Amino acid sequence: MRVLVTGLSTYWGGRVAQALEDRDDVEVVVGVDTRDPSVPLERTEFVRADSSYSILSRIVRATNIDTILHTHLIVDSTQTSGRTLHEINVIGTMSLLAAAGMAGSPVRRVIVKSSGLVYGSNYQDPYFFREEMPRTRPARTGVERSLLEVEAFLRDFADDNPHISVTLLRFANVLGNFIDTPFAHALRRSVVPEILGYDPRLQFVHEDDVVGALMYATMHDTPGVFNVAGDGNLPWSDVCAIVGKRRIALPPVLTSFANEVPRALRMWDLPPEALMLLRYGRSVDNSRFKRAGFRYRYSSAGTVEAFAQGLRLEGAIGDTNPTYKYQREVEDFFRHSPAVVRPD
Amino acid sequence: MSDRPDGPADISAHFLSDRIAALYPDATVADADADEIADITDAELVIETGELVPMPQRVRADEDDPARESDIDRWGRSENLRALTRKLYDPLYKHWFRVEWEGFEHLPREGGALLVSNHAGAIPSDAPAIMHGIETELGRNVYGLAENLFRAMPIIGTLWSRSGGVPAHPDNAFRLLHDERQLVLVFPEGTKGTGKHYSNRYQLSRFGRGGFVEIAMRAGVPVIPIAVVGAEESMPIVFKSPRLAKMLGLPYFPITANMLMLGPLGLVGYFPAKFKIRVLPPVHFDVAPNQERYSRSRVMDESERIRRLVQDALYDMLRRRRSVWFG
Repeated sequence: MRVLVTGLSTYWGGRVAQALEDRDDVEVVVGVDTRDPSVPLERTEFVRADSSYSILSRIVRATNIDTILHTHLIVDSTQTSGRTLHEINVIGTMSLLAAAGMAGSPVRRVIVKSSGLVYGSNYQDPYFFREEMPRTRPARTGVERSLLEVEAFLRDFADDNPHISVTLLRFANVLGNFIDTPFAHALRRSVVPEILGYDPRLQFVHEDDVVGALMYATMHDTPGVFNVAGDGNLPWSDVCAIVGKRRIALPPVLTSFANEVPRALRMWDLPPEALMLLRYGRSVDNSRFKRAGFRYRYSSAGTVEAFAQGLRLEGAIGDTNPTYKYQREVEDFFRHSPAVVRPD
Repeated sequence: MSDRPDGPADISAHFLSDRIAALYPDATVADADADEIADITDAELVIETGELVPMPQRVRADEDDPARESDIDRWGRSENLRALTRKLYDPLYKHWFRVEWEGFEHLPREGGALLVSNHAGAIPSDAPAIMHGIETELGRNVYGLAENLFRAMPIIGTLWSRSGGVPAHPDNAFRLLHDERQLVLVFPEGTKGTGKHYSNRYQLSRFGRGGFVEIAMRAGVPVIPIAVVGAEESMPIVFKSPRLAKMLGLPYFPITANMLMLGPLGLVGYFPAKFKIRVLPPVHFDVAPNQERYSRSRVMDESERIRRLVQDALYDMLRRRRSVWFG
């Protein structure tokens, strides 16, 4: 198996590349990103690309890639400007799919990491979204619109290329001690927001299960759309209780307006998508991916509990995230110098 | 039973374009789910002593999660809050409305069933009475379907959900009835029933578009019609203000006799009408469950038939009633 990982320098790209390196049946791992990798990698080849991935078709042709793992969709709108987000999500995916679907392309499998954000969050929603259910209200935020656009591309791509197996994974809110998501960020602070009078049902998926799910989809042929979320759901009040944080209520009317004050004070930075979730929540039906054979390590509540335990450890010993600085010369030396003895 | 396997092979056949493939794929319930359902039905009935109203404690897979802090289930329902509500409501049930049941034996001890009742009173008093009676005397949970507007309301929506309310989305109803085999209560008249003038009392409005029949057919469960007498007189609407309703975005704005007599207290002060609840024999539909759609005319016919059953039961009960207050 020869795998291309997009967004190598993001948290997910790095984690997935590390996991791929451990497998004997993966011959080649090529990673592309605009920035340097953020984790140490053994045998992954890093190629710097611009954010719209215009050199992808050359890479695919030159390295004879058969599997593309697209981890580089931005789902946290607090990380970038709207323009960059559009560039990376929509234009990036377009070039990626163009490269994968070109004449004579060696690609046989595409796995995409999307988000439950495509379902939105609204009072008319069903309590458990199944993969084929449409959202009940049109998307209003940029990140949701871009993800819907990406999914539409992917749908067309799958129809046009029946010989390529396409897997689309929609992840619930991710929590973990090494990944910064809006909820993880908020739950690290001493007080967390809620919207007065609402206590929505939420689902979470642990960062390890995210990597596990991406790896499972890569190693097994599971074409289709799958929700990925820990079993069960739990109210926001429960989440805060497990993590041991106090809540401050935002008013139920003019909420986003009121949210600007704590945001300016840097008490938290919740994007509009997360604010909607604090009102109506969202749960998905995760049974299809389980039927495809995937086993979760954490339930939704278990994810929150594991996160809380990690926070307590951090509180005792400080930041447990190892730091790493990428140096091209060093990496090149170890990978390609004739002086390095490589076991075959 | 399963003619639509949902394995990976099937998904590849109609990949992403299976949007509408089947709104209700035959629940070839995964192993885990099957276990869960077994858990529900085999749940041990533990009766706590010292409680005013003894209630069976139900244990379900997702509430078993050791990481959980509260008892709120996946539907947002809190068993502790239900127990508290029952404790507070019990005197009202026994001594104010003096609820009397007929045909209680028609309620199933296990398996899913859709309870369909008439709906009345500006702030309906029938739903709590039905739920309370079944939960205390049959020992089964009842989930009440209602307009998803409730979910949008702060505080009220949360309390409603904690006490067993679920938005009336067809998929929610299907999961409760088919996957979890629960009792689900629905008022097909909706706000047309509760918002009607006192002069139209006990005249059933249209039963929606028969959606409840379709849900029961799809879930493969019977409909159990229920007729309630007394709720109409507990909070009769004497005047309605369409203009105020429109301004406040409410389905109706009632002026009730209770408000005229008690002022603002009339919002919560029910008249002590005698409640009689009659459970009719279950209506089974002779159709295959899990179909994508059912014949519209068949659905409407069944819906109308059930409406007639409830209407006739109401007329019969009114013929026998000597007094609004004493039954």
